[in-house]
Amino acid sequence: MQTPFKLSLSAQDIACERGGRTLFRNLDFAVEPGQALLVSGPNGAGKTSLLRQLAGLLPLAGGRLVTDGADADTPIAELSHYVGHLNAAKTAFTVRENLAFWADFLAEGQGDPADHLAGALAAFGLGELGRLPAGLLSAGQKRKLALSRLFAAPRPLWLLDEPSVSLDVASVKKLDGAMRDHLKAGGIAVVSTHVPLETKFTHTLDLGLERAA
Amino acid sequence: MNAALALLARDVKLAWREGGAVGVALGFYLVVIVITPLGLGPDLNLLGRIAPGILWVGLLLAGLLSAGRIFDNDYEDGTLDVLAAGPLPLSVVAGVKCLAHWLATGIPLVLIAPLLALLLNLPMGSVPSLMLAMLAGTPAVSFLAGIGASLTLGLRRSGLLLALLVVPLYVPVLIFGVSAVTPYVTGPNSLWPPFLILCALSLASMVLAPLASAAAIRNALR
Repeated sequence: MQTPFKLSLSAQDIACERGGRTLFRNLDFAVEPGQALLVSGPNGAGKTSLLRQLAGLLPLAGGRLVTDGADADTPIAELSHYVGHLNAAKTAFTVRENLAFWADFLAEGQGDPADHLAGALAAFGLGELGRLPAGLLSAGQKRKLALSRLFAAPRPLWLLDEPSVSLDVASVKKLDGAMRDHLKAGGIAVVSTHVPLETKFTHTLDLGLERAA
Repeated sequence: MNAALALLARDVKLAWREGGAVGVALGFYLVVIVITPLGLGPDLNLLGRIAPGILWVGLLLAGLLSAGRIFDNDYEDGTLDVLAAGPLPLSVVAGVKCLAHWLATGIPLVLIAPLLALLLNLPMGSVPSLMLAMLAGTPAVSFLAGIGASLTLGLRRSGLLLALLVVPLYVPVLIFGVSAVTPYVTGPNSLWPPFLILCALSLASMVLAPLASAAAIRNALR
């Protein structure tokens, strides 16, 4: 289904500051292809900030992020899918138009966008809602639309911030299945969640403990 | 290239689909031009003389009215996060979005200007130069508005602040835009020098404004 990925990611001594307050520092981890990292910690511990740092949206307050196995010129942002709290869905567009845009935009030079679109529509079973405006979707369906973006372009690093919020049991299973396939293909997932997922996380990072230490 | 075209097509489609954007700008332009003669009285010579200025000021304000939408909606629903992680540099994303604003709002404003010029008794002979000057000047209007829109990201009711930031940048566009048209009404004809300066203003803002917008967006995404 996907081309095998061979990206590994390591963080060396990274730190994060928000509004003059240090959320965490001296953070180290290394994730190899096919491995998954679970980020946990209490509210405000910096889980979202860490994911946004990995996605290149938030600057590091110290340390560095190193990728191996990818073109050295490619920033991590372009190797990763960041699915945050906001769904990035256009309410005036149909489900299909939303995903078609992401396939055209994100998967430039990575095969036929039509294939990616078909995969994205099928991933969470949104195919039959394809012609519905995204504004009419329920919260859970909007979440599925956001997660379907993971399939709109093949990227090795998935950064998921509370991906299972407002999903029903069947959809959480589909998310687990999608992550398993992604890891099997050599991808990496960094996930922050309060809801237990079936996915086997090879690493866990407890930001609450980091801060106490 | 495909990614940039996809983004351009999406933004133009959204501007038309979401109503509001284009319709409000056109309606606002119409209203401003319609009430001006009512306020000034029926002196046709006076109206004809000040018509170029009124038409330009109305166009700038109508363009500003819809400028907040260039980045605001995408910022609020998280789309900008994903656009920033796309294959395009953020400055290109910003530039493409401003270009889409010009295509979806700037050009329709230019197209209804001749109709509104009738209401202000602008001599028919000067309509071609009015349209030419507006076509050359409106890209600067959209791209400069992009700077204001990106600087006010995340602020509530940012419309007025946006106007305060951007209107001073519009002064050269206004001056040369008007001076490309007034000679037809008052004196010797000299379309080309102001027209070429308008082109230069647009080209310079198309190159420089996206860089400023990208820096402001990056700051807003933190």
